[in-house]
Amino acid sequence: MDILNALVAFLNFVFIPAAAYGAQLALGALGVTLIYAILRFSNFAHGDTMAFGTAITILVTWGLQSLGISLGPLPTALLALPFGIAATALLVLGTDRAVYRFYRAQKAAPIIFVMASVGVMFVMNGLTRLLIGVDEQRFDDGARFIIAVRDFREWSGLVEGLALRSTQALTVVVTVIVCAALFWFLNRTKSGKAMRAYSDNEDLALLSGIDPERVVRLTWIIAAGLMTIAGVLYGLDKSFRPFNYFQILLPIFAAAIVGGLGNPVGAIAGGFLVAFSEVAVTYPWVKVAGYLFPDWQPGGLLQLLGTEYKFAVSFVILIVVLLFRPTGLFRGKSV
Amino acid sequence: MSDQDAVFGKRGNRDLSVVNPNGRGTIDGTRRSGPVRQGHAGDPFLIGENMTGGYGKGADILHDCTIAVERGQIAVIVGPNGAGKSTAMKAIFGMLNLRKGSVRLDGRDITALNPQDRVKAGMGFVPQVNNIFPSMTVEENLEMGAFIRKDDIRRTMEQVYDLFPAVAAKRRQAAGELSGGQRQQVAVGRALMTQPSVLMLDEPTAGVSPIVMDELFDRIIAIARGGLPVLMVEQNAKQAMMIADKAYVLVQGANAHTGTGHELMQNDEVRRTFLGG
Repeated sequence: MDILNALVAFLNFVFIPAAAYGAQLALGALGVTLIYAILRFSNFAHGDTMAFGTAITILVTWGLQSLGISLGPLPTALLALPFGIAATALLVLGTDRAVYRFYRAQKAAPIIFVMASVGVMFVMNGLTRLLIGVDEQRFDDGARFIIAVRDFREWSGLVEGLALRSTQALTVVVTVIVCAALFWFLNRTKSGKAMRAYSDNEDLALLSGIDPERVVRLTWIIAAGLMTIAGVLYGLDKSFRPFNYFQILLPIFAAAIVGGLGNPVGAIAGGFLVAFSEVAVTYPWVKVAGYLFPDWQPGGLLQLLGTEYKFAVSFVILIVVLLFRPTGLFRGKSV
Repeated sequence: MSDQDAVFGKRGNRDLSVVNPNGRGTIDGTRRSGPVRQGHAGDPFLIGENMTGGYGKGADILHDCTIAVERGQIAVIVGPNGAGKSTAMKAIFGMLNLRKGSVRLDGRDITALNPQDRVKAGMGFVPQVNNIFPSMTVEENLEMGAFIRKDDIRRTMEQVYDLFPAVAAKRRQAAGELSGGQRQQVAVGRALMTQPSVLMLDEPTAGVSPIVMDELFDRIIAIARGGLPVLMVEQNAKQAMMIADKAYVLVQGANAHTGTGHELMQNDEVRRTFLGG
């Protein structure tokens, strides 16, 4: 039995990729849960807004690269990120003014907002494709690895190698910073508390002198920030294809619902839960098993599901949670 | 609630995995305020005069209804169910469309202001239900009451805690976990945090036990004696009239009787119809 090699293989193929993916889902789910709690609908345009923000960031990154500006070992995209966030914030504020505000003034039923967001999704979808095309784009530069496989093997003397890509470490670090900042904002600042008050009781917030339209604008701006950051991190880690951002909507929704819609802590936990399940279920465990049980010769790859079916994992988690604990792991608003 | 609900029967709005109807508002927050005009000479401190109107595009509920409160006094609105008591209160607060009449506060005509600007103009309102932020702590509820203030709110908060010692002990607890009476105290406290120049209470004693009710009335009297005019809607007509400097009896959205609480208690017709003999 070779526990060390098994552990390294597990870290390399399951833990690290799942942690990075989980962080990206957590950021996405935070945005979804914020909009659900405050604007009171599930935003179907979330994935495609992420794609738009990422596309703008990529364009600015290319511009910076052609000017010879870079961040050294860090990806240039980090420098372009504020531009992407600003452009996305303007876009969602414009969308709110053009679409959602009308329904808000009518006091329309929340389901109408959901349907409107589906329409917005298609528009954003087209907008992103017009802007940057449908092809795959890679825009990560700077140092590629923090720990390279060869260096790790030489250092540890193990057969199994371990790689930690800089984008993976960056994803986790940025997510931790963003989450800490968001929680501080919501729990400690006057504007953050006003947002929670509006989420609790719209009319009473208004009767306390809180301007509801200001809360709505603030929510969109923060959501735009979360969406763009999540999208750029996902694009850096994997690659950018507009269609992938449409598809990622499902695991993001699953994460938000699993954690408890409207609950930020739940969104983060849900993101990691969905990511770890997805990776664990689609990973061929034969290698890890080979180290742990050298005498066992399994017939197959010990892979529960092919990677093509990874979205099924989100679906199953979603259905199980909705059946047995509809409020999510952490009590959300959907009681 | 809204017109759509009536048409679609709330279809699709029960799926809480896509929509969040909790805490949904009924007041249009997108409406902008119109100009503030000069009030009339010799007005009471707050007056809603000849108010006629209803919710949205619906039929009129109020008909030439007039409600006023003077400085340092308590005015109560009483009447049978469906008389438009709460509606009159909401009309004064700008929550329904007035087709006729005006609302004037402290020498200004504020008829065109939206509710959030009326708060800034000095009106404090405690709704009958949903009058706290349930997931926020008692202290955060009070902080939200003081949202429009830029100065130090700690003194006002201490005053509120002095007025309601029962909730002071629970300041770190979520307001939604408190008992009915304590919630009402938090609700009144939240409105006081704004340091309003007039306090409007919509059935503050609805759904609380008689003992708690007496205590709440005591507190309301204390607030009014402190110089803050109080306008309130009450279903317990007898108790309300006992503490009222001025009482309005509404019937079908119109003024039926007006006078001091004492006068109305002596009025045979009022006694017979509302006070049960």
